[in-house]
This record gives sequence, C-alpha cells and structure tokens, in this order.
Amino acid sequence: METVTVNELTPNDLPWRIEWDPCLCKLCGSCVAACTFQAIRVSVEARSYVYSQGDVPTPLEGERYAVPVIKQTATVQQHCVGCGMCEKTCPNRAIRPRRNEDSRWEIFAREGGSPIKRGGRANLNAGDRTFDKIVVGRISQMTDPSLDAERHTFDILAPFGRVLPADKMPLSVKDGKLSLNKPLPPVRWIYPLIFGDMSIGALSPRAWEAVCLAAACLNEKYNLPVRMCSGEGGMPMRLLKSKYLKYMILQIASGHFGWNRIVKAMPEMQEDPAGILIKIGQGAKPGDGGLLMAAKVAPHIQAIRGVPKSDLLSPPNHQGLYSIEESVQKMFLSMNAAFKFRVPVGIKTSATASSVSIYNNLLRDPYHIVGGYFIDGLYGGTGAANEISLDHTGHPIVSKVRDCYLAAVAQGRQGQIPLWGAGGVGMTGNAAADAFKLICLGANGVSVGKILLQLMGCIGNDHSRCNSCNTGLCPTGITTQDIKLVRRLDVDKAAQNIVDYVRAFDQELRKLMAPIGNSSLPVGRSDALVATDKAVAEQLKIPYAC
Amino acid sequence: MCRVGAIKSKKYTHPAKVLYLMLPQQKGHDNSGFAMVMQDLGGVFAPYKDLPLLSYAGNTASVEKIHNYMQGKGFTLRFEWSPQTKPQSGLDIALLEHYNFEVYAYPPEYQNAERSVKENLLTNTRLALRAMTEENDAAFVYSFWPDVLTLKEIGNPADIGSYFNLWQEDTDFCAKIITVQCRQNTNYAIVRYAAHPFFLQGYTVLANGENTFYVKNKEFQKSLHRGYLGFESDSQCFLYTLHYLQHELKWPLEYYKHVITPLPFQDLAKREDKAVLLALRQSLPHLEINGPNTIIGVLPDGRVINVNDSKKLRPVVVGGDGETVAISSEVCGLNVILPDRDQEKDIYPNEREMLVIDNNLEVARWKQ
Ligand code: SF4
Ligand code: SF4
Repeated sequence: METVTVNELTPNDLPWRIEWDPCLCKLCGSCVAACTFQAIRVSVEARSYVYSQGDVPTPLEGERYAVPVIKQTATVQQHCVGCGMCEKTCPNRAIRPRRNEDSRWEIFAREGGSPIKRGGRANLNAGDRTFDKIVVGRISQMTDPSLDAERHTFDILAPFGRVLPADKMPLSVKDGKLSLNKPLPPVRWIYPLIFGDMSIGALSPRAWEAVCLAAACLNEKYNLPVRMCSGEGGMPMRLLKSKYLKYMILQIASGHFGWNRIVKAMPEMQEDPAGILIKIGQGAKPGDGGLLMAAKVAPHIQAIRGVPKSDLLSPPNHQGLYSIEESVQKMFLSMNAAFKFRVPVGIKTSATASSVSIYNNLLRDPYHIVGGYFIDGLYGGTGAANEISLDHTGHPIVSKVRDCYLAAVAQGRQGQIPLWGAGGVGMTGNAAADAFKLICLGANGVSVGKILLQLMGCIGNDHSRCNSCNTGLCPTGITTQDIKLVRRLDVDKAAQNIVDYVRAFDQELRKLMAPIGNSSLPVGRSDALVATDKAVAEQLKIPYAC
Repeated sequence: MCRVGAIKSKKYTHPAKVLYLMLPQQKGHDNSGFAMVMQDLGGVFAPYKDLPLLSYAGNTASVEKIHNYMQGKGFTLRFEWSPQTKPQSGLDIALLEHYNFEVYAYPPEYQNAERSVKENLLTNTRLALRAMTEENDAAFVYSFWPDVLTLKEIGNPADIGSYFNLWQEDTDFCAKIITVQCRQNTNYAIVRYAAHPFFLQGYTVLANGENTFYVKNKEFQKSLHRGYLGFESDSQCFLYTLHYLQHELKWPLEYYKHVITPLPFQDLAKREDKAVLLALRQSLPHLEINGPNTIIGVLPDGRVINVNDSKKLRPVVVGGDGETVAISSEVCGLNVILPDRDQEKDIYPNEREMLVIDNNLEVARWKQ
C-alpha cells in the first residue's frame, strides 16, 4: 500500500492532462523531445498480473514486469500548457493534451511566493466582446447606392502625424491658387493597420524577421503601406541602415533600450523611419513596466539593447516625466534632436479611465508636434507579465476610442491628432470587422500584435492555452531565443501567412465600405453602426437595434 | 429622390419658370414640397437691393414678436410685401398664417459700418429670430439678407404655385437667379427648415442626393461657425462647407471640389500641387462627402456652380439659350423652359469637374 500524499501535485491538479494511448504509441520518443516544457517524460512503470486456474478461483501471482511509458510531469515548473506539440509530432496521434476542468492551478501556482507570470492576453471575460455587439447596420439601399467592392476605387489610408486645422495652415493665395508658405508638420498616410510593437527581444529573430518581411512584401509587392512598430529594444544595425527603415516605427519606452544604437546609426540611415512611438503604457499590463526574462536575453539581444544577460525590466513610467506637458516636451526634444521635424512622433498609453483627459491635453499641443495618440486596450497581448495584471487591470478599447473621439468633436478638433486603437483587434480572427467598427467610432486606424503571432503559428489562446511566451520555451519558435526552438519556425511561411491575411483584410474592409456607400474610410461615421446591446448603444452613442 | 433646378438669366424671371422647370420631373420627386431662393431681385424689390430682406412665414403672434424684436434692435421697416394668395378648396398645402417679405433699413449705428460688421448683424439677427420663434413652430425665419428672398412650403408644388399665384407671370415678383427644389426632406422629419435651397450669408446651396458622411460633416461643422446649425437635412452640410471655405477661409472656389470630393491618394500623388491638395485632404477629412450627390450653389457675386459626388451617382444637366442658363436634374425640365436652345450644347457634368456659370452666362468647366 502506498501512502496517500494529499499535498503532492498530480496531473489532475494541472490545467491540462495528457492522454496517452499505449496501444497506439510506438515509443519513438518524439513527443518528449518536442515538449519544450518537459511536461512529459519517458518513464518505466511496474506492471504485474494475477491469474487463476481451475474450478475454484485460486489467485496466483503471474509475472512482474516493467513497461516504458510516457508520463506527465506534475510540478509547477514543468507542467503541460496544452500547446499540443506532442500531438502534432506524434506519427500515430497517440498523445494529446486535454483541458482539465478540475484544475487547481490558480491555487498552487504561486509556489515559492512569486506571482504567476505568463504571456498572451487577458483570459477573463475574453468571450464577451463589445465588438461582437456592434453591427454595421446602415446599409445603402434605396436612397443611395452601395458601391462595388471589386470595381470602385477605395482610399484606405490613415494619417500618422500632427494634422493642422485649416485655419492654422500656413497657406496663402497666389494667382488664384493656394500655396504653402512653409512645411507642415510631418504626416504619413499609411495603411490603417499597424503591426504592433513586438520587440526583437520578445520575439525570436526569425519571427521578427517574418513580420518585417511581411511588412516589406505588403509595401513593395501589394502596394499596401503597412507599417511595423519595433517595440522597445531597438533593432539590428543592418535594418537601421537599410531602405526598409521607412516601413518601421521606432519605439522608445521607459527603459530606453536600444536607443543608443539607433542614435549611433543615424548618420548612416538611408531613410527616415516611418515614425516614432513613445510608449508610456501597454494595454496588457497597464501600469506595469516592460519585462524580458533573462532566459530570453540571448547574445544578440544583449548586443542590440546594450545590456548584460539578466531580467530586463523597464520602469512603469518614464523617469523624469511626470506630466503630459513634459511628455509633449519630451517628444518635442526627441524629434528635434533626432530627426529634425521630418518624422511624426506619437504617444501610446494603455487605455485607462483617464485616456480622455490625456487626449484633451494632447489636443492642446501648442507646438503642433503630437503626431498620434495610440490607445492600447485591455485585450492587448504581451510577451511577459504578471497574470494578475493581465487578467485584472486595463480598460476595454472600444468605448475609450469613442470617448476620445467625442472629446475631440466637442472641441472641433477631431482628426488633428490621429487616434489609433489596439487591444483585442482580431481576437476572434476577423481583424477587418473589428478595425472597421473602431474606425466608424472614431479611430483612424488600428494596431494588431497577437493575431500576427497566431498567423505565424502561435497556438496560444485566451482560454489559457500555452501563453508561455515569457518562459523562453515557446514551442513554435516565435517568442524564444533558443536556437533549436527558433528553427521550428519557417520564416517564409510565417511571412506569407501574414501577407495573405492582410491582403484578405484589405478586401474585407472594402466589403464593409461598399455596402455603406463609402469610398474613403468612414472615420467617425458612427451612424453606420448599430448595437445589439442597449448598454453598449448608450455608451457609444449609437442606435440600439434588436 | 429630390429634383433640383436653377435658373440664371440676364433678364428678370418670374418663379413660374421654375415651376415649369420642375413639373415635368415630378415623377422623380414626390410632390411633397416646394422651396425656392430668389436672388438679384427685380420688380417690387428692385429699389431696395442694398437693404436686408427678411423672409419668413408664421402665425400672427410670431409676426408681432418679430416686429417688436426688429424695432427693439433699431431696424426700421422700409417695405413689406406678401404674395397675393389664392385660397381654393382641395389644394394640397400645409398653410401657415403669414408669408412675409420685409425690407429693413439698418439700425442708425450700422448704416456706415463695414460690410463684415453688417453681415454679422444680419446673421445674428436671423439666428435670434429663429431661436425665439422655434417653439411650437411659431415661425420659420429663412433668410435675412439684401436682395435674397426665400419661400418654402410643404405640399404639392403645383398647388403651392396656385396658392401663391405663381403660375401667373408678372413683373412684380422676379429675380435673375432662382434656385428651386420640389420635395420635402423625406429621410428625416418633414420640417420646413429641412427643405433646400439653404441660404447663409450670400451662399445658397441645394442638392439632390444623400450625404452619407452627414454625421461626420455635422459633428465637425457645428464648432466652426455659429450659423452652422439646424442640420435638419444632410444637404445643409454642403452649404456650410462652401461657406466655410469661401467666406471664412477665403480659399479660391476650386478648392470646394477638392475638399468635398478629394482626389484619391494615388491620383493626388501625381499632381504638381500635391503638397497643397494633401494638406487640405488631411486637414479637412470631416468635410469630405460620400454618397450620391449633385450640388448646385449660388455665390454672393451671382455665379452659379454645380459639382457632383466623386462617383457621379446622381443626374444633372446644364443648358442655355444665351439669355438664360438652367440647371436641372432631368433634361425634360430644360426642354420645357428652354425649348429653343441648342441641345447639342447641353452639358452633363462629370464627377471630376466643377461648372461655374458667370454673370455673362459663360459656363466654365473646371477640371479638378
Ligand atoms: S501539450 Fe505541449 S506542454 Fe503538454 S505535453 Fe504536449 S508538448 Fe508538452
Ligand atoms: S506558442 Fe509561443 S507565442 Fe504562442 S502562446 Fe505559446 S509561447 Fe507564446
């Protein structure tokens, strides 16, 4: 008899249980090799049998023997995350993870006294999306014709840069024509979909390269001027000095990682970057600084960021930046010093109850240097965060974009500082629908991140599957710096998936613009939407329909 | 669908002409209203070209209220006129008690004031009158401007014509420019203020179509000028944009087209003036229009313009006989009032041009 050890973990306590079928298993060991989390191992178990012969049952001990098995590990450090790589690898499909509804993970995972950390997105309430309670309900029928998504031309571009009101533009009339007396603040007209800030430390070099490749291909081959934001931490010298820099938005976050290199590369830059984004906060973990675990600080990351191998923490705020005025000043300085007013500079904060105050302050920008307000909502993804931040802090994006837009409307300043929304766009797979709705509510464009990872092969989801981006053990080679794992990712295929998706996104946007009869983006055209939920309708100031 | 029309003539023209212009098009409108703005007035109004003319309709109490207000502000009534109405049974018309057209002299302290000061006074006065008569629809104050007269009513245009005796041509009631539209706004509530043509500070606009960027336009325009209000119709937005660009920003006329239907980015990039055009597009995206539209405008200097949406989704034709030029949604209207014109010379404007009819009745086609 064995002792009952109540406090020891068994697979039944874990979020995922492994089902292994010994009849199908050919004991090749592929699953064990594939599992980056060491959540399964090859083991040997004792077996015996008892038999009975004759008319009266007389149990006799048969053989005792040992069998090789695939066994689930049950520790906090090495637990199955449900990634399914074992199943993908198994030639006989003899093994698979199953979600365990009796999991006690939340109870014991803080072993050692430290908070749960993970990547991915908020897992709570993720199914209850405002986006899905809004429908494009104003369809052109009798009074105005719909357009033809295939035949008509559509102008699908969004501004990034400070837009001056008409009466503030340095215009004069010469010979019956308007002319500009001096240059305007830089404004780039870009595709209304930005590849959101994922740093080269958070992503593997291959994954980062795939996103870059996709952006370049969309620009050069398909004429879709998609821009990619570097994320904090800089980028390779080669890219900084290449002509592709024009597709990149450089991010400066509170850790200022990588900026040394950027500054050093400046004299040799062939092109200006597409823009600069000052990151104040992030939707996935508002108020929490950046986090790159030491496991992911590989030599090339150390070089790009100029740091030793250790956990890299960006402070939760920019040191020495205590007010909106200062942040505007900071943009001013960085622009002035760095790119001589040729490059638009925007600011990104996590969505918060105070986003409207922030936007109102930005709108007053006396220097005309705030080139965009990027709001990152609750369901934004992250490479690493405390789970408590991920699940319990943040602010949904939809009403925030709307509130900011209406705040600008109240002052007659809509459009002057472009509004970009992010945080859960494309969460259910259709980014075009989400983007379109956000645009009708007042956003100029959207930024996406998680869906790009998913297109590259990430199997993580918002129901606790995988989300191990913080561990450096990403099973798909996307958010790891482990060279063996990185090799799992096929760069070309990953890039191709993104390209295909964005091309379809473009078609899908047209399919939504055509029926409402619009050939340019319906920014702020809230009358095109109806809500199927009264509270949503009321909050967003759009009609309710049922 | 609305039907719109405009007549610009070298000689004074009686409104009967516009009734004849619109009647053949009645299958296209729905006989639900009649509205017109007359500019460059002749007949009984000819001696008062420089003095502001107040056009309104309302009940007796509101008339008194308006008179008291005007008196209080120092305006003196110089001339008043009302159409000779011919009440008959069976007319389809929603009547108000009074239809008044009153010419006022400026208050003494304004008599030598600068033009812009006078203009502000007139607009503020009209807005004040509108505000104080709005309750229970006591009155509708359409325009208060020199040499401009507005008449609007709900009902069958032919009956409205009969009631106001407009079928009978005479020389008392005439103008060189008349814009007309025969339909009450049916997309929104039927209110007289929603009937185009709309007038503001010398600018008149009427349109046939649907402005699907109405909400965007409206939200932006509201904060641009105190006179941009009402928004009972999505077509008011066209007027306010024209007024904003011309009167407030003082931009050349051609930019009206560039703002309401900007060139696609890819075409814009090929232009020599791309820096300016892009600047306008990025600064005023909320004044862009979308949806099918044909827009007729009258400028303070008497020029009449026509522009269309960027896909040209509404019909319009311009024709003339040397003495009169008319714009009409449908050619059948032109055929009735200008039967002897050379039809070969009729112009069907395209989506990328602006037609400008000057005071010599020359029609210029400006390519965007
Ligand atoms: S599902 Fe993933 S984590 Fe779980 S055992 Fe299989 S490979 Fe390992
Ligand atoms: S597959 Fe990689 S990127 Fe996706 S959730 Fe897992 S660890 Fe993160």
